[in-house]
Amino acid sequence: MLKATIQLETLICPSCIQKIEGAVKSLDGVDKESINISFNTSKVKLNFNDEKISIQDIENAIGKIGYKVIKSQTKAI
Amino acid sequence: MQRLILSKKNHIMILSAILITIAFLSKWTVQNMDIFVWFMAAASVSGVLPVAIQAYQALRVKVISIDLLVTVAVAGAFAIKNFEESAIVTFLFLFGAYLEQRTLNKTRSAIKELVEMVPESALKLMDNGEFEEVDIDEVVAGDILLVKTGAKIPVDGTVLTGDGYVNEASITGESLPVSKQKGSRVYAGTILENGTIQIIADRVGEDTTFGRIIELVEEAQDSKSEAERFIDRFSKYYTPAVLVLSVIVLLLSGDIELAITILVLGCPGALVIGVPVSNVAGIGNGARNGVLLKGSEVINDFSKVDTIVFDKTGTLTIGNPKVADVEYYTQNPDEAAGYLASVEKESDHPLAKAILEYIDNTRLYTVEKTDVVKGSGIVAVVNGHRVAVGNEALMEQEKINPDERVRADIARFQQKGNSIVLTAVDGKIAILMGIRDRIRPGVQEDLKKLKKLGVKNLTVLSGDNQETVDLVARELDLTEAHGHMLPEDKAAYIKELQEKGRIIAFVGDGVNDSPSIALAQIGIAMGGGTDVAIETSDVVLMNSDFSRLPHALGLAKATARNMRQNIIIAVGVVLVLLAGVFFSEWMNMSIGMLVHEASILAVILNGMRLLRYSLKTW
Repeated sequence: MLKATIQLETLICPSCIQKIEGAVKSLDGVDKESINISFNTSKVKLNFNDEKISIQDIENAIGKIGYKVIKSQTKAI
Repeated sequence: MQRLILSKKNHIMILSAILITIAFLSKWTVQNMDIFVWFMAAASVSGVLPVAIQAYQALRVKVISIDLLVTVAVAGAFAIKNFEESAIVTFLFLFGAYLEQRTLNKTRSAIKELVEMVPESALKLMDNGEFEEVDIDEVVAGDILLVKTGAKIPVDGTVLTGDGYVNEASITGESLPVSKQKGSRVYAGTILENGTIQIIADRVGEDTTFGRIIELVEEAQDSKSEAERFIDRFSKYYTPAVLVLSVIVLLLSGDIELAITILVLGCPGALVIGVPVSNVAGIGNGARNGVLLKGSEVINDFSKVDTIVFDKTGTLTIGNPKVADVEYYTQNPDEAAGYLASVEKESDHPLAKAILEYIDNTRLYTVEKTDVVKGSGIVAVVNGHRVAVGNEALMEQEKINPDERVRADIARFQQKGNSIVLTAVDGKIAILMGIRDRIRPGVQEDLKKLKKLGVKNLTVLSGDNQETVDLVARELDLTEAHGHMLPEDKAAYIKELQEKGRIIAFVGDGVNDSPSIALAQIGIAMGGGTDVAIETSDVVLMNSDFSRLPHALGLAKATARNMRQNIIIAVGVVLVLLAGVFFSEWMNMSIGMLVHEASILAVILNGMRLLRYSLKTW
C-alpha cells in the first residue's frame, strides 16, 4: 500500500469535492475509506494498492473529469 | 478538446461579455433586433460550453452539480428563444466563478505564504567533501548541510560549526532574530539573517516542526464541525431536489420560464462556501500571528469560553525560579552550602537548578546513599554527614523540629511568595532558602484584555504552596487561586467546573498538564514547539508566547461571528429569492443569477475581513 498526496489546481466549488471523490472512489485498488479531499488546500490524500493501480492511473482519472494535477507524492505505509 | 475549452474559460467569459455588449449596443443605437438576437445566441452557446462540459464530467461520476442546473436552465431559455436571458445568465455564472477563484485565493493566501516558506533545496555535503545544491527530498537525517546568509534553513537540525542570527518568525511569530552557535537547535523554514553555519539534519520534510505545523494548519482548515457536515450532506441532496422541483413545476404549470428560473435560483452557493471561507481566513490570520487554531469546532468552543484556568509555573511565571532569600543557622555556612550543592548536583528538579545557580563556586563532596523522597526532597550521606534537603514535610519525616526562629523565617519567606528549601546537616537545620519565580512580563495586561473580551473567571492552579499562589493571584488580579495541586487534582477541579456548566480553556505547559489540556473544552499548550504540546492541544501558542492569547481569543470570537454572519447572508438571500419568485413580477433568471453570485462574493469578502483582524488596543 502507498499513501498518496496529490496537489490539484485551486478548487473553487465545494461540489468539486463530490466530483473528485466520485472519480477516485470508482477506481479498483484505491482504499475508499482513506480518501480525504480538502477543499481549502486543494489536496487529495488516499491510500492505494500499488500492485493494482499506479499513481499515474489515479492522476489520469482526476484529469479526465477536468482537474489539473500539479504534483503528487507517494509514501510507503 | 474538453480540457482546452475549460482552460480557456476566462477567455470565453471575456468573449461572451464582448458579444453581449455588441448585442446591446446594436439594440440601443441602430435598433437592429437581428444582430441583437444573433449575438446573444452566440454568447449563450460559447458561454454555456465550459459549464456543460463540467456538468457532463460530474454526471459521469454520478454527481448532479450546480453546472447541470445552469446548463439545463440555459437550454430551456434557448428553447423558448429567450436568448438575452440565457446569455446573461451564463456570463454571470462564469464571471462569478472567476471572481470567486480570485477572492478565494486571497482568503487562502495566508496559509499559502506559510507553505511557500518550505525550503525547496539544500546545500549538502557530498562524498567528495564539497557542498552541492540538492533537492530537499534528497536530504535525509544525518546529512551535513551548509546554510549561507539570507538562506532558509532546510531541516530541523543542530549547528555543527559557525554562528549567526536566525529569524524564527515562521514558527514562532516572533521576528526578533535569535543568536545561534555550535550546539544550538535550528528549525526548518526559519531564515539565517547573517552568518554562515553548518548543520546536521535531525528531522526532515514533514517530520520537522515546521512540516508538522503546516500539516496541522491544513488539517484545521478543512476540519468540519457537525453543522458543516450537515450542510454538506444537505447540499448533496439539495441540488438534485431543485432539478426535480423544477420539473414538477414545469409539468404542473407548463410555464418554462418559471421552471428555469427555479433552476437558477436553486443553485446552492453562499451556504456551502460561507462557513469554510470564514474558517480558512480565521485560521490563516492565526497562523500568521503565532496562533494555531485547530479547526472550526475549536473556534466555536473557544469563542464561548467563560473560564480560563492557568497553570502557574511556566505559564503565568517564567518558569525559571531563582533563589531570592537565604538564611544560615550554622557556624559553618560554606561547608553546609557545599553539602547542599553536592546533593543538588544529583537532582534534576527545577529548584535544584536554581540552587546550583546560586551556589556556583564551592567545594563539592562525594555523595553516597542518595534517597529521593518523592514530593519532599532528598536525603543523602555527604562527607560522613547525614544531609536532608527538602521542604517542611521532609524535615518532619526526618524528625527534625525547626526552632522558633526558623519557623518565623519560613513564614516570612512564604509570605513573599517563595518556595521553601531547607537543608539539615546531622539533624540540625543549617540553611533556609526561599526560591521564587518571576511573573512573565506583560501577563498582567494580557489578562486584562482577556477580561475585556468577556472571560468571567481567571483561575490559577499550581503545585506550589497556597501562599505563593495567592501572591500571584493578588498581583495579577485573578478570580481564584488554588495551591498544592497535583496534575490529577487539576483535572478533577476542571471536571467539577464543567459539571457546573462552565466552558473552560486550560492553559498549561503541555507536558505534565496533559490530562487537564485533554479534559478542558479548549486545551492550550505553551509548548515552545514541543511535539506533545502541538499534538494534544486545541490551540497552540507558538514559542510559548503568552501575549498571543488575547489575540487567539479575539480572533476565535471574530471568526465565530463571521461564520454566523455568512450563514445569515446565505439563508437570507435564498429566502428573498424564493419570495421574489412567488410574489413579484420583476424576478427572472438574470436577476436570480446576479443575486446568487453577489451573495457568494459577499460571504467571501466578509470572510476576507478576518485576514486583517487584529486585537484593538484598549
